[in-house]
Amino acid sequence: MKKTHLLALVVIAIAISVVMATASDASVYVSFGEAKELAADGDLRKVHVVGRLPHDAQKNIVGMQYNPTVDPNYFTFMLVDTNKVQQQVVYFNPKPQDFEKSEQVVITGNMRNNVFVADKILLKCPSKYVEKDVKGATAAR
Amino acid sequence: MNIGDWGHLGVIVAFVAAVVSALGYFMAARGRALGEADASWQRLGRGAFIVHGVAVIGVIVALFGIIHGHRYEYYYAWSHSSNHLPVYYMISCFWEGQEGSFLLWIFWHVLIGFWLIRGAKQWEAPVMAVFAFVQLFLTSMILGVMLGSLKLGSSPFILMKEFMPDLPVYKLNPDFVPQDGTGLNPLLQNYWMVIHPPTLFLGFALTLVPFAYAIAGLWKGQLTNWVQPAIRWSLVGGGILGVGIMMGAYWAYETLNFGGYWNWDPVENAVYIPWLVLVAALHALVLWQRGKTGLRTAFSLVVATFLLVLYATFLTRSGVLGNASVHSFTDLGLSGQLLIYLLAFVVLSIGLLVWRWKQIPVSEKELTMYHPELWVFIGATVLCLGAFQVLVTTSIPVYNALVGFFGVKSNLALPADQIAHYTKIQLWLGVFVALLSGIAQLLWWQRNDKETVSATFTIPAILTLLGASLVILLVRQNGDKQMSLPYIALLTTGLFGLLANVSMLIQLVRRGVRLSGGAVSHIGIALMLIGILASAGYSKIISQNTSGLLYSREFSEELNRDNVLLWRNDAAKMGKYELTYTGQYFDVPGVPEYVNKELLFPVANDEYKAIARGEIKVGEKTYYKSGDTLEVRPEDTYYRVNYKDTKTGKEFVLFPRAQANEEMGGLLASPDIKLFWDHDVYSHVSSVPDPNKEKDWSEAKQFVVAMNDTLFLNDYFAVFKNAEAAHNTAGLGLAKDDIAVQGDIIVYGEKGRQYHVHPVFLVKNGMVGRVADEVEDLGLRITLDNIDPQQGKFTFGVSTTQKDYVILKAMEKPFINLLWSGTLLMGLGFGIAVVQRGRKPKAAPAAKVPLGAKRAQVA
Repeated sequence: MKKTHLLALVVIAIAISVVMATASDASVYVSFGEAKELAADGDLRKVHVVGRLPHDAQKNIVGMQYNPTVDPNYFTFMLVDTNKVQQQVVYFNPKPQDFEKSEQVVITGNMRNNVFVADKILLKCPSKYVEKDVKGATAAR
Repeated sequence: MNIGDWGHLGVIVAFVAAVVSALGYFMAARGRALGEADASWQRLGRGAFIVHGVAVIGVIVALFGIIHGHRYEYYYAWSHSSNHLPVYYMISCFWEGQEGSFLLWIFWHVLIGFWLIRGAKQWEAPVMAVFAFVQLFLTSMILGVMLGSLKLGSSPFILMKEFMPDLPVYKLNPDFVPQDGTGLNPLLQNYWMVIHPPTLFLGFALTLVPFAYAIAGLWKGQLTNWVQPAIRWSLVGGGILGVGIMMGAYWAYETLNFGGYWNWDPVENAVYIPWLVLVAALHALVLWQRGKTGLRTAFSLVVATFLLVLYATFLTRSGVLGNASVHSFTDLGLSGQLLIYLLAFVVLSIGLLVWRWKQIPVSEKELTMYHPELWVFIGATVLCLGAFQVLVTTSIPVYNALVGFFGVKSNLALPADQIAHYTKIQLWLGVFVALLSGIAQLLWWQRNDKETVSATFTIPAILTLLGASLVILLVRQNGDKQMSLPYIALLTTGLFGLLANVSMLIQLVRRGVRLSGGAVSHIGIALMLIGILASAGYSKIISQNTSGLLYSREFSEELNRDNVLLWRNDAAKMGKYELTYTGQYFDVPGVPEYVNKELLFPVANDEYKAIARGEIKVGEKTYYKSGDTLEVRPEDTYYRVNYKDTKTGKEFVLFPRAQANEEMGGLLASPDIKLFWDHDVYSHVSSVPDPNKEKDWSEAKQFVVAMNDTLFLNDYFAVFKNAEAAHNTAGLGLAKDDIAVQGDIIVYGEKGRQYHVHPVFLVKNGMVGRVADEVEDLGLRITLDNIDPQQGKFTFGVSTTQKDYVILKAMEKPFINLLWSGTLLMGLGFGIAVVQRGRKPKAAPAAKVPLGAKRAQVA
């Protein structure tokens, strides 16, 4: 066998293992129900959950708590996933400042002891490009 | 016709001229051997390309004119610029949007095209045919023309009225023009954003040249002599793209707050992948030039580089990334057009490659371990594998879109911990790159056998092992994190790559041979790898929460609590530092240091102006006197944090900055970095009391006092010194008959600090008004509520609020300077190589070294 063939085989082997490593590291979008099942099975893989913040009748966000003067690294909130399941989420970091305004929240992390421990929060804010109001546009000139 | 119509016309002319030029050059080269292009067709192609170039420059002038002239009737100016933007940032506005960045890319292609028309000689017709074909696609992206119901491209010259016709204001006033734009994304208001995008797009544009030569070579059956020009252009492209990527990394380090310089965001990866393949292609080209081997690889990689640039364009601009990236462009609905562009070139170039594959010469020579070519070849393969890994993961959103197209719903997401995922594989890319660059460089300049190899390798190998052992021991002694096996591997190979290349460089200089650009850039790469290992692997959080105060003890062992709360003027101990947050500052143009907000009295209705409440001086020089009106930049608040080294007593100050921005959503924090020779101290605020929210004041407590009486406030005491007629300084807008009295109260704060407070009581147009004054340091607000002239008594209202604080994250980045200096050396190495290959076009690198000389030395 020529050296080039050997090299080609090695390259193919590495390429396959790269694809497999990616597949095993890739996360999934799940609901809280599925996240609980995973955790119950002992699978601590971190997952993505997409959800919205619950609001009360006065449009205040329900169940959000951040008290930096007590512990700046503790932020907790409730999130309602796409199946309308509500779940407490804990984030051991300061509260992202634009949190209240976000339309949609994507969290990554896993379920532990009945709370979802998030290590990343991605916020989807109202599009800053299209729905932005034009200043002065309400006043006729 | 106004400026926008001219601009739009320019785009159309540029597009049509590109079509004509592509056709002209194609017909000139078709069916003829290289160098025998049809002269009249070639003249047409050339003329059309020049028209195209002139039109493109006209379009750029028009668009910049719109931005510079604040013509907010145009959507592009309104959405990317604003009145208060300095000119140098208007340049950044230009390419903040998709259309402008396409224009930038087109512009570089035009310049390179002009260069090639002058210098490509017999290659002109086929190479420029490819160029014009690319320009045709790129200009179509900004065409903004409707073909029936099909929208072709997105024009930067669209009017607000056309973009948002449903705005209610147009019903009332069809000629409505916004007064101000919405401004440039504040994160892009940074000097790196003026220079980084053009560098990156120049790098992108330069990848087209070797590609065009390769395609021309395949087309005309000139399968070997395209290599010569392709090498030079690949060197230029590789150097510029590499430096451009690192500029982006430096910008991210300085401006964003994820705590590093590289985040494996799809947008970053999209540039990293083609760069790796471009460097691999460059090595393959050099292999052919020196060892007459690897030509098929060179062809494939040069083509792959350009296709990956197109793929990167598709990824970042089509909206396919969706939520997966924090900073991809907004979706302009061009995905179909981008996909056609990508597919056209994939089909065309791979088709040509397959057609000629059998005719591309291969080497009969079997490579042995003593051939440097073998090691270079393996190195190029490793680079491609590294690129492949990033590509496979970055494309996850594409797989979802792809299977979604066939009606299958996929819920695959990017790895939750991307940094860990990429690091665990890319670290080994670094290990092999460093190792192979060392081996190949040592073998490159001589004919090798067992004897010479052991002679050349001994010294670098011994030094490497000594150095690595020393570092491992030092880390074990001093570090709080032990070195894992992959880290040891990267350290050792990094050192070997460094020492091998340095020893080769010294030998070459001693032998009086020219400087080797290859060795210099490989030294740079090795330094970068060691710098990344140290600064990312051993980045240390200084701001550990050690107060013992925790909200919940759940999971407390396994989680890092990386942020601390700093009360204003209260020192807190963190690691070896004592930190004190001492207040908020503003940037005042013309004053070299930030100015304390307490010295600035805001002017009503104009946040860009303030009145000085005291002397503003830096050193000996006074910049503004009390009462002067001055300009401020209100967007950014700088939080002054004093660092005191508890061991040495040395102090320094950092001003991490934050911007409360409604449109971007919340708080945008940027770090401030203190540079030491062996590490950086990097810190940013993670949270501050919301500056847009009214403070929660306690109910005012009233004090009725006479002059020189003392007021006992909660934690402080104050003395009412005096009452005087208020000047017009505080922007009161007093008329002749109005009366204003201001109290002068001295509050004694912590550490003997004194604050003068001047609440104002005024009667204006017969109405009573009160202007409160605030001591932000103490969270105190005082009003002058009433004056009883008969008794000589004054009534003050005092309310308190929560003291100001910041939540801060700080970390140490050891030896990060190795990364930046390595980057410079890498760029320098590319530069040296370009110059050398330019001077002696036929230089055959290895043969020039007198082999005998080396032999003699060994013997």
